[in-house]
Amino acid sequence: MTHAAAAAHSAHDDTHGHPPTSTGLDNKKIAVWAFIGSECMLFASLISTYLIYKGRSVVGPYPHETCLPPTCSTPLKAILNIPVTSASTFVLLMSSLAMVLALAAVENKDQPKRTTGERILGSSKLWLWMTALLGATFLGFQAFEFTSFVHEGLTIRTNLFGSSFFTLTGFHGAHVTAGVLWLLTLLAIDYRRGLGPKDAVNVDIAALYWHFVDVVWIAIFTLVYLIK
Amino acid sequence: MAHDPKHEEHHANVDHAAMGIEHEHPTWSTYWKVAVILTLITVVEVWVYYIPSFVASRGFVPTLLALSAVKFAIVVLFYMHLRYDHKLFRAVFTGPLIIAMTTIVALLFLFGHLRIGAGATG
Repeated sequence: MTHAAAAAHSAHDDTHGHPPTSTGLDNKKIAVWAFIGSECMLFASLISTYLIYKGRSVVGPYPHETCLPPTCSTPLKAILNIPVTSASTFVLLMSSLAMVLALAAVENKDQPKRTTGERILGSSKLWLWMTALLGATFLGFQAFEFTSFVHEGLTIRTNLFGSSFFTLTGFHGAHVTAGVLWLLTLLAIDYRRGLGPKDAVNVDIAALYWHFVDVVWIAIFTLVYLIK
Repeated sequence: MAHDPKHEEHHANVDHAAMGIEHEHPTWSTYWKVAVILTLITVVEVWVYYIPSFVASRGFVPTLLALSAVKFAIVVLFYMHLRYDHKLFRAVFTGPLIIAMTTIVALLFLFGHLRIGAGATG
């Protein structure tokens, strides 16, 4: 085999049996970025709906204001629980850290690990588990929040705030759930045959999705929870 | 054995880009530093929320929006590697993002939450 032919053969192998693309980039990664771009517009529509309806609820409970009789039959305090949501925000931010460490571990799987620290940082299973658990913890916080809101009299049908809030955060929660399931499938593959540098693109696109879910929450946390 | 430097160079480009990953990704320590910065910004955001005088001031909403934008940019640039990856990915993401943000602002103007010269009202 000539050197050129060997190079072409090697390039063919590196792209998992597919010929090189016209852009020279992995099509899956371009597709995920395009998907994330479309998701930006989906969440923009949900966030705008929330902001348009903000302050236009006729009955309580309200997000930041107390509701007293006669507007509300019983006195209702401001419903948003900032300390709990701050904790869940921190959890999601840390899950993004765990995700990048998982990707780095997969990319550097072939490199020798001499110290315990390098072995910990190089364990893709550990960081994938950590990301999935932190994602599940975030969902637990959201379940707690939704349940407490319903107990305090706020459902999706109560007022404009309830409708737009549950729709926006519910859509986000559904995305986190999909992300956790995606991470669990990566973990299953890692346990079955091990994830290595050849799988870096597959882990990378899962990581892109996960970080996107994180940046959407960064926007929601500020626009919904902190701005009164 | 035939040796074609041009082909080899081409192969190097294909090999490098076929993964869609540049080799200049940040190190583990950079990731940890970014996490600390994100945490500190979140702490500042929550801290200013509990300062009534600041909440009542005109600087509250712009400050929170700026801090949120910084966090957004840090995650996208460092964790999503947009700073290091191919410029096509940047275009595919920032194009729809600009459309999305323009839509939000346009709708807020349309429904009277923003007015030119009046700032946020709602």
